[in-house]
Amino acid sequence: MKEILSLDHVSYSYESEDGVTRRAVDDVNFTVNDGEWIAIVGHNGSGKSTLAKLMIGLLFPEQGKVKVFLEELNADNLWEIRSDIGIVFQNPDNQFVGSTVQDDVAFALENNGIPFEEMVPRVHESLAQVNMEGFLDHEPHHLSGGQKQRVAIAGALAMRPKLLILDEATSMLDPQGRDEVIQVVDELKRTTGLTVISITHDLEEVLLADRVIVMNDGKLLLTGKPEEIFAHGDKLESIGLDLPFAARLSRSLRQAGVGIQGEHMTEEELVNELWTSHFNK
Amino acid sequence: MLEKMIFGRYVPGNSFVHRLDPRSKLLFVFLFIVAVFLANNTATYALLLAFTLLVISIARIRLYFLFNGLKPILFLIIFTLLMHFIFTKEGALLIDWKFLKIYEEGVRQGIYISIRFLVLVLMTTILTLTTSPISITDGMETLLNPLKRFKLPVHELALMMSISLRFIPTLMDETDKILKAQLARGSDLTSGTVKERIRAVVPLLVPLFVSAFKRAEDLAIAMEVRGYRGGEGRTRYRQLDWQWRDTVVIILFLVLVVALFWLRGGN
Ligand SMILES: Nc1ncnc2c1ncn2[C@@H]1O[C@H](COP(=O)(O)OP(=O)(O)OP(=O)(O)O)[C@@H](O)[C@H]1O
Ligand SMILES: [Mg+2]
Repeated sequence: MKEILSLDHVSYSYESEDGVTRRAVDDVNFTVNDGEWIAIVGHNGSGKSTLAKLMIGLLFPEQGKVKVFLEELNADNLWEIRSDIGIVFQNPDNQFVGSTVQDDVAFALENNGIPFEEMVPRVHESLAQVNMEGFLDHEPHHLSGGQKQRVAIAGALAMRPKLLILDEATSMLDPQGRDEVIQVVDELKRTTGLTVISITHDLEEVLLADRVIVMNDGKLLLTGKPEEIFAHGDKLESIGLDLPFAARLSRSLRQAGVGIQGEHMTEEELVNELWTSHFNK
Repeated sequence: MLEKMIFGRYVPGNSFVHRLDPRSKLLFVFLFIVAVFLANNTATYALLLAFTLLVISIARIRLYFLFNGLKPILFLIIFTLLMHFIFTKEGALLIDWKFLKIYEEGVRQGIYISIRFLVLVLMTTILTLTTSPISITDGMETLLNPLKRFKLPVHELALMMSISLRFIPTLMDETDKILKAQLARGSDLTSGTVKERIRAVVPLLVPLFVSAFKRAEDLAIAMEVRGYRGGEGRTRYRQLDWQWRDTVVIILFLVLVVALFWLRGGN
């Protein structure tokens, strides 16, 4: 498996105005391989956005190494590495630079000096990948939040990145907008093998991931497959995280003495377990 | 009230004028403003007025829409006209009624100046009505490009302008939201003395500024991660396209200037 990104004993602190330093990221280690979908979860202020900023070289680690595509990030290779990473942030309005959809998608291409003849097909292609090809000339204030976020993804895809980072890209959207965005990313991952790191509070999104990283107070608390992570129900709840509804229900049923086995992430799994549980007796 | 005001607004369309390259339009309007000062007699002013009306009809702008939208400016023009009628005391006396004495020169000067003012306002309004703000920015950027040699940050200015234009609707929405939030908390902007009303605006402006700075910070980060490093080595997605009709416009302008010189009174 090819390594895309690795963090090796990475720490970072912010200095606040009153001179107090706060560890936002504390000795974090993990590796992301080609084609993986990683979800990073954690309570507010647990250092998730700081991690994202370290990955894309907006911040440099105080200790440890951040390697992207096997190269350690530094001031010399920064721009080249950035052109291979797409990142989408939380607020749909504050990352829309262009005056229309197509201008915005072309922004990174312009910055990287891609010739005009190549920009046009790339803009159309990326917009098609996020199902927004009919909106070329639309202005941002005539788009919904979900549409704006899909345009932001298209803007990242236009550079044909190997890695897409989503920093709570769906958290300001309504359920419909969220579904649209998640569907688009899921589809992309399946068709193009894009590596995705998604920082999220949304449990549905976590369930789609291959691997979950749980952050707590700047430290990496747990990592594993979604079902492994949700098996640590008490631990997650103690650091202020929710479980998916089906997992909570399954736990409560077990505690109430209903004879079911194992963990259940989705309603379907739970329903299947329940209606077959009698036969298994 | 504000909806009707069309000075500086863009109305999409598909006329000859709409489809012109912003560079030819900007160049034309700029040169036209200079050329207006060539007019010095009835024939030249009539020509300017006729020419402007011709442009309006080519741009397929309805006269009623145009004049209705420019009402406040028209009042100003009529006011100037009346001032000239009343206060210029040269030439033959035309009307002498009680206190009111109107002289021939006053009428002439008043009409000339009003026409000058009117055609200037009309031409610039036609420019903004038929050209999207972003096209105007693009055109300006290209036209001013030679000034880069004199250290004028042309690219940065153009980017600033396009980002401001892009954020106007966003900040308008935000203002509206904050206004409603403050109204819901009992803030009252519509009554009280001037001083009280000014004071009531402060809780509106503070959150607006805070959020605008937050947006600016986010935007700067979003631009940086997408590879923005200034104008150096950047390519352009928006291409300007000079066509035959743009050359026609410049030729038309030269014809106008020749005609103005020819009709001009010698002095
Ligand atoms: N620019 C900054 N200056 C000082 N402290 C900061 C700054 N940015 C973040 N912090 C602090 O660092 C810690 C981690 O912040 P970070 O934004 O990484 O958290 P997060 O996990 O992304 O939270 P959220 O879920 O709210 O987005 C927080 O305690 C925060 O207060
Ligand atoms: Mg965050």
